[in-house]
Amino acid sequence: MIISLSELSEGFRIALHALKTNRLRTILTTLGILIGVVVITVIISVIQGMNTYVSGELSAIGTDNVFVTQYPWMINSWEEWLRVRGRPKIDSKHFEFIQEYATLAEVVAPEVATRRTVKYRNEDLTRVIIYGTTPGYMVLSDAMPEFGRFFNDSEMQHRRNVCVIGWEIADKLYKDVDPIGKRIKIGSQSFFILGVMEERGQLFDFSMDNNVLIPYTVFQKAFGKHRSLEIQAKAVNPELVEELKDELEELMRRTRGLKVGQENDFNINQQSQLMDVYNNLTKVLWIVLIGIGSIALLVGGIGIMNIMLVSVTERTREIGIRKALGAKRKVILLQFLVESMFISSIGVILGLLISIGLATAIKQASPIPVDISGWVALLGVGFTVTIGLFFGLYPASKASKLDPIEALRYE
Amino acid sequence: MMIELKNIVKEYHLGLETVHALAGIDLNLDKNEYVAIMGPSGSGKSTLMNLLGCLDTPSEGEYHLNSQNVSEMSDDELAEIRNREIGFVFQNFNLLPRASSLHNVELPLIYNGTPASKRKELAEEALTKVGLSDRMHHRPNELSGGQRQRVAVARALVNNPAIILADEPTGNLDTRTGDEIMDLFEDLHDNGNTIIIVTHEEYIAEHSDRIIRLRDGRVERDEAR
Repeated sequence: MIISLSELSEGFRIALHALKTNRLRTILTTLGILIGVVVITVIISVIQGMNTYVSGELSAIGTDNVFVTQYPWMINSWEEWLRVRGRPKIDSKHFEFIQEYATLAEVVAPEVATRRTVKYRNEDLTRVIIYGTTPGYMVLSDAMPEFGRFFNDSEMQHRRNVCVIGWEIADKLYKDVDPIGKRIKIGSQSFFILGVMEERGQLFDFSMDNNVLIPYTVFQKAFGKHRSLEIQAKAVNPELVEELKDELEELMRRTRGLKVGQENDFNINQQSQLMDVYNNLTKVLWIVLIGIGSIALLVGGIGIMNIMLVSVTERTREIGIRKALGAKRKVILLQFLVESMFISSIGVILGLLISIGLATAIKQASPIPVDISGWVALLGVGFTVTIGLFFGLYPASKASKLDPIEALRYE
Repeated sequence: MMIELKNIVKEYHLGLETVHALAGIDLNLDKNEYVAIMGPSGSGKSTLMNLLGCLDTPSEGEYHLNSQNVSEMSDDELAEIRNREIGFVFQNFNLLPRASSLHNVELPLIYNGTPASKRKELAEEALTKVGLSDRMHHRPNELSGGQRQRVAVARALVNNPAIILADEPTGNLDTRTGDEIMDLFEDLHDNGNTIIIVTHEEYIAEHSDRIIRLRDGRVERDEAR
C-alpha cells in the first residue's frame, strides 16, 4: 500500500494547521529539543575549536622536538614530587656529551632561563626572560633573526657579551633607533646587540617575543651555574623520534653512571605528552556535557510525545471522520508523524540558529575558532528525524488504530 | 443486487455476558432503492448501520456489497470500500471544524488519490448540487445547521458511492430545515442514488419507499410502501 501524493500533502496541511492553531504549545514543546540541540552542537563546536587552537599553539613547541629535563613536565601527585625533587641538575657537561655522541639528532641545544630587568638608556623593561642557548636554537624553535644575525659558535666559545633581542624588546626599548650595534643592559652587565628575532606571537597567553637570547656559556658566567639546563634535540628524521628518545635516555644514563635497574633521574619529554593531557581533560568534559545535552533531548522528546498524545485525544473525532471517509491506518499514522517531525524540526532549526549565534559570539570573545561545521548541522537533521519519529511513533500509532465507530462517538 | 445480508449476527461481550445486538438478519437491497431503517433504541439499528457502512464486520454471516464480500475484510480494505461505496451523512454532521466546505467535501477524494484540480472541480459540483455554490469557502461554524448538513450530503455524494447512508440526518435540525434536507434526499433518489436512512421518526421514514423495522436484533417487519 502506497501513500499517494494527495494524502501526503494533506498530512503536511494538517500538521501546519495544527501547529498554527497551537502556536504557544508548539513553541513550549520545542524548547526541550532546542536546548538539547544548542548544548550538543555548541559543545561539539567549542571542543573542536579548542582542539584546533590548542594543537596549533602546542605545535609552536615543535612536534618532533625531544626535551631532556631535570623534572617531568607534569607532576601528578605529591608522592611523585617527593620522588623526583632530589634529582641532580642537568649541566653543560651533559649537554656537551649528548651533542658529541647523539647520532640521531640533527640539532642539540641547551636552554637555561632567568628573568632580569633590561635597560637601554633611561628606559627599562622588568622581568624579561633571558635565555642561554646555542645557535641550534634557531632550528629547534623554527625562528630566525629578522634583522642582523644570531651569535655564532666562536662568540659562544669565547664568551662574548652578545645577544639577540626579541621583537617586543626591540619594539619597546628601541622605538626610534636601530637596535643592532647598540648595547643593552641585562641586570648589571652590558651586551652588544647582534640581531632582532622575527615576531613569533603568543603561546596561549605567553609572549614569545619578550625575551633576550645570549650564549649559554655567557649566561653561566653572568648569572651562575646553579640553574639546571634543559636539553632540546630534533631528530634527523621525524620517523626516528622514538629512537632518538631511546638514544638520549641511554646517553643520559651513561653520563650519569646509572646501573641496570636504577631509575632515570631525568625526564625525556615531548609535545605529544601535553596533547595527551589535554585530550584526557577534554574527554571527560565531552562525556559530561554530551550527557547533559542528551538528557535535554530526551526530555524534549518526551515533551513531544506528551503533546502528541494530547493532540491525538483532542482530535479523536476528526480521526474518526477521516477514517469513515476512507483514510487508511498508514495515512493517519503519517499525518501525526509529520506533525511530530514538524515540532522537532522547529526545535532543531531554532537550536541550530542559536548555536550559530553563540558560536560566533564565542569566536569573537575568545581566541578559540568555534564554527558550527556541516556535519554538526547534519547531526541536527539526524536528531530531528530520530526524535520526531521515535517519540511521535507511539501517539501516531495509537491514532491510526482508533476504532472509527468509537472515535466518531467521542465527545 | 446491491446489498445482500445473509444471516448476519453481531455479538458483543460485556464481561461474561454476551449481547446479541443482531441475531440473524437477512436483507436484500436493490440499486436505487430508498429505504428507512426504524426501531426503538436497543433494537440493533445502530449496529446494523455500522455494518452496512463497513465501519464494522459481523460476528457471523455474510455481507455482499456491490458483489464484494466485505464481511471478512481488514481495516484498511474496509477503509477503501467505505471510500468507494459509502457516502455517510451523520446526525451531528461530523464536518472538520477548521476546514472550509470545499475542503470538507474534497476529503473522500483526497483518500482515493484524485488529483487536486479534479478534486476541486468535483467538490464544487457536489456543493452546487446541494445549493451551496456561494458557501464554498465558509467554515462549518459560519454556516447554519441546515447548511452544514448540506455540506455533509455533498461530501457523501462527491465520490459517487453505491449507497448513501444517513443516520438520523434531521435529528439536529428544526422541522423546516429537516424537510429541506429530506427534499434533497428525494432529489438524489430521483437521480438514481441508493439511499438508506436510519431514523426513529415516522414522518421521516415516510419519505422512503420501504421501511424495515427492527426489534431485538431481528427484522420485525419489512414493508414496501
